[in-house]
Amino acid sequence: MEMVNLTIDGQEVQVPKGSTVLEAAQKAGIDIPTLCHLKDINKIGACRVCVVEIEKARGLQPSCTYPVTEGMVVRTNTAMVRESRKAVVELILSNHPMECLTCSRSTDCELQALAKKLGIKEIRFQGENSNFPMDTSNPAIVRDPNKCILCRRCVAVCNEVQGVGALGLNERGFNSIVAPAFQHPLSEVNCVYCGQCVNVCPVGALKEKDEMQKVWDAINDPEKHVVLQTAPAVRAALGEEFGLPIGTIVTKKMVAAIRRLGIDKIFDTDFTADLTIMEEGNEFLDRLQNGGKLPLMTSCSPGWVKYCEQHYPEFLDNLSTAKSPQQMFGALAKTYYPEKCGIDAAKIFSVSVMPCTAKKYERQRPEMMDSGFVDVDAVLTTRELAAMIKEAGLDFNSLPEEDYDLPMGISTGAGLIFGVTGGVMEAALRTVYEVVTGKTLEKLEFVEVRGLEGIKEATVDVPPVGTVKVAVAHGLGNAKKLLERIKAGEAEYHFVEIMACPGGCIGGGGQPRVTGPERMSLEDNYLDLRAQAVYNEDKSMKMRKSHENPAIKTLYEEYLVKPLGEKSHHLLHTHYQAKPKYQVLAEKEC
Amino acid sequence: MSCQCQGKTGEKESKCEIIDRVVDKYQGQEGSMIPVLHEVQQAIGYLPEDVQAYVAEKMGVPLSEVYGVVSFYALFTTEPIGKYKISICLGTACYVKGSGRILEEFEKKLGIKVGETTEDGLFTLEACRCLGACGLAPVLVVNENVHGRLKITDVPEIIEKYRAMSREEAS
Ligand code: SF4
Ligand code: SF4
Ligand code: SF4
Ligand code: FES
Repeated sequence: MEMVNLTIDGQEVQVPKGSTVLEAAQKAGIDIPTLCHLKDINKIGACRVCVVEIEKARGLQPSCTYPVTEGMVVRTNTAMVRESRKAVVELILSNHPMECLTCSRSTDCELQALAKKLGIKEIRFQGENSNFPMDTSNPAIVRDPNKCILCRRCVAVCNEVQGVGALGLNERGFNSIVAPAFQHPLSEVNCVYCGQCVNVCPVGALKEKDEMQKVWDAINDPEKHVVLQTAPAVRAALGEEFGLPIGTIVTKKMVAAIRRLGIDKIFDTDFTADLTIMEEGNEFLDRLQNGGKLPLMTSCSPGWVKYCEQHYPEFLDNLSTAKSPQQMFGALAKTYYPEKCGIDAAKIFSVSVMPCTAKKYERQRPEMMDSGFVDVDAVLTTRELAAMIKEAGLDFNSLPEEDYDLPMGISTGAGLIFGVTGGVMEAALRTVYEVVTGKTLEKLEFVEVRGLEGIKEATVDVPPVGTVKVAVAHGLGNAKKLLERIKAGEAEYHFVEIMACPGGCIGGGGQPRVTGPERMSLEDNYLDLRAQAVYNEDKSMKMRKSHENPAIKTLYEEYLVKPLGEKSHHLLHTHYQAKPKYQVLAEKEC
Repeated sequence: MSCQCQGKTGEKESKCEIIDRVVDKYQGQEGSMIPVLHEVQQAIGYLPEDVQAYVAEKMGVPLSEVYGVVSFYALFTTEPIGKYKISICLGTACYVKGSGRILEEFEKKLGIKVGETTEDGLFTLEACRCLGACGLAPVLVVNENVHGRLKITDVPEIIEKYRAMSREEAS
C-alpha cells in the first residue's frame, strides 16, 4: 500500500494514499468535530463543521472529504478554524427549534454535543424557523422535519445501503427539506420501516413511534396480565445504553430490569426462534422433496417482507409461510400460554422488545391476528426499553442476574444467533441436517454464512437429499443484488436468508445508536463486535440446536401436535400480498 | 409495471407511451434524468405525480430521485400551465397605478386564483416582480406579448383576444 506523509498540528503522520485528512487526524489522535460525516455511509462535505487549515490551499477545507497529499501541512486548531466551526453550528442553530428539554435526543444528540464541545454560548444569527408538519403517518417511524439539519445521512443510508430511496433532498434554498417525494408521508411511499435512517440521524428529526406509555398503562392496569418477549439481538446491545462497551451481552440483567418494571412474565423470543426453525425447516424439506417453490426465502424480517411485497412481488411465493418469531410468540401468548396456565386470554397484554422499528409495523398487519386478538399489543425498541429502565430509576449495572420465566423462556444457541446475519440459515442447517441424516453434526458452526460480507454463499451435503445450496444477504441493497442475480438465472439456490438491516437484527433500526464520532474512533466495525458477542454466547450454551429444545418438544406434544400441522398452519403461518410502491400508482388505474 | 396513466382513447399518444418513448431514447445514457424530464414535460405540458412515478419506474430509480430533480429546477413544473400565461406586474410603479385591482379582475373573470390554470387549459395567472417597463405601468405580459397602460375595462378584452386567437388556431 502506498503511504503518504503529512504533518497535522506539528505532528507527523503516515497514512495510506486515498485517506482523508479526517482519517489521518484520527490516526494521529487529533480530534476533529464532524456532523454530517458518517463512516462508510455519508461523505458529502455538506456541513463544514470539520474544516481545517491546509497550507497552500485557499480558505478552509472540510477534512472529511479532503484527500491527503505528500508533505501536506494541516492545522486543526487555529483561531480561524475555531471561529468558522462555531459560525457554522450557530447558523444551524439559528433556525433550529430549541426544544432540548423535551426532545427524545437530549443528552444523546450530536448537534447538542457539538454545541457544547465548541463552546457555543450565544447564537449571533437569527433565522426564521421552518414550520413543516410532523409525519406520524405510520406505525413505525416519526419524522420531525423541523429538527432536520439536512445532513443527508438518512438519504445516503436509505438509498445506498438499503437501495430503497424513500427519502431525498427536495426543493432548494430556504425551502430545502429532506423528505419523501412530494413531501408525502412515509406511509404513501416505498419506505419499508427498517429504521436505518433513524439509527443514523444525528438529531431528533427521526425516531421510532413511541409505545412506552401503552406499556406503562398495561403494567398499571391490575386487570391486565402483561407478558413480554425479548428478541435475540436486544441483549447484545442494550448494555450500550448504560455505558457498557459495545459487544457486551446483558441477558440476565435485562431480565432482572424488566421484572422490576412490573412485567408479569418474561419470555424469550429465542424460544419462538427455535419454533420458527422447526416450522421453516420442515417447510424447506417439504418444498425440496415435493417440488415446492425454491429457493425458499426467510420471512422473519418485516422490512424485507414489505420490500418484497413492494419491489419484488415475483418472489412472494418464495417467502416462507412461517411467521416471524415475534408473531409466533404473539399467537401462542394468547392461545397456548393462557390455556396452559389457566388465564383468560382476553386479559393478556403482550409486549415485545425488538431491535427493530419494522416490528411495530409487523404487529399491526392484518395477517397478525390469528389468536383471535391482536397477537402482539406493543413493540418497544431496545432504545425504548432502556428509556423505561431509566425512567423507573433502576441502576442497570448493579442489578442481579435473573432468569427468564418458564416455559417460553427456554431456548437454544440456534434461537440466539437469529439476531445476526446468517444466523437463521445456520440455525436451520443445524436442524435440517440432523433431522434428515439422523446423524449428529460434528461441527455446529457454519462459518461460511457468518460475517459482514454483503452476500454469502455455502453448499452443504445433506445425504440423502443431496447438496443444498444456500445464500445469505443483509441490508436491502445487498438483497436487491442477490435477487437480481437469481432473477437473471445467474445463481441458483435452495434456501436464501434475507434480513433487511446491515448485520442482521444486531444492526436493526431500534438498536442503540452509534454516533458519527464513535464510529470514527472505533477500530472495529460495531456490528462485528455485537455479532462476535452473540457467537460467543452461542458457543457457551448447553443447547445449541432448535430441535433439542425441551420446551419446544413439550409445545408440540401438548398443543401443536407436529410441525406444519393443522394448529401450526392456523397460528404460525401466513401469506403476503403484492403492494404498490407509491400510493399514486395504486390510485390511478388505466 | 402496467400503464397507470389515463390516456384517453383518441389521443394521439398516451402519457405512458410518451414516457416509454422518451426513456427508451435515452436508455443507457448517464445523467439522462434532466433531458428525459424536460422532453416529457414538453410533450405532456407538466410533470404531475403519476407521470413522475411512471418515469421513475421506467428508469429504475426511486421516485424520490425524480422528485428531487423536479423540485430543484425552476424549469420543471408539477402543475399544468395554460396555453397563455398572464403575468401581471406587482412591482411598485405598477402597483401604485392599480395593478392589484387588475389582477383581482382577472381572478374574477377567469374564476381562478393567482398560480392557477383555467379548466380549459387556456390561461394561467401569475403575479410577477418589476418587468422593467415602468413607463407602461400598469403592465402585464401574456406569453411574450406586453400589454401596458391597463385599465380595468381592458381585462375582458384581453381575455377575449386570446380566446379568439386560440379558436383560430384550432380551426
Ligand atoms: S435535536 Fe438535539 S439540539 Fe435539537 S432540540 Fe433535540 S436535543 Fe436539542
Ligand atoms: S425506514 Fe428504512 S426504508 Fe424507510 S426511509 Fe428509513 S431507511 Fe428508508
Ligand atoms: S432527518 Fe436526520 S439524518 Fe436525515 S437529513 Fe435530517 S438530520 Fe440528517
Ligand atoms: S463537512 Fe465534514 S463533517 Fe460535515
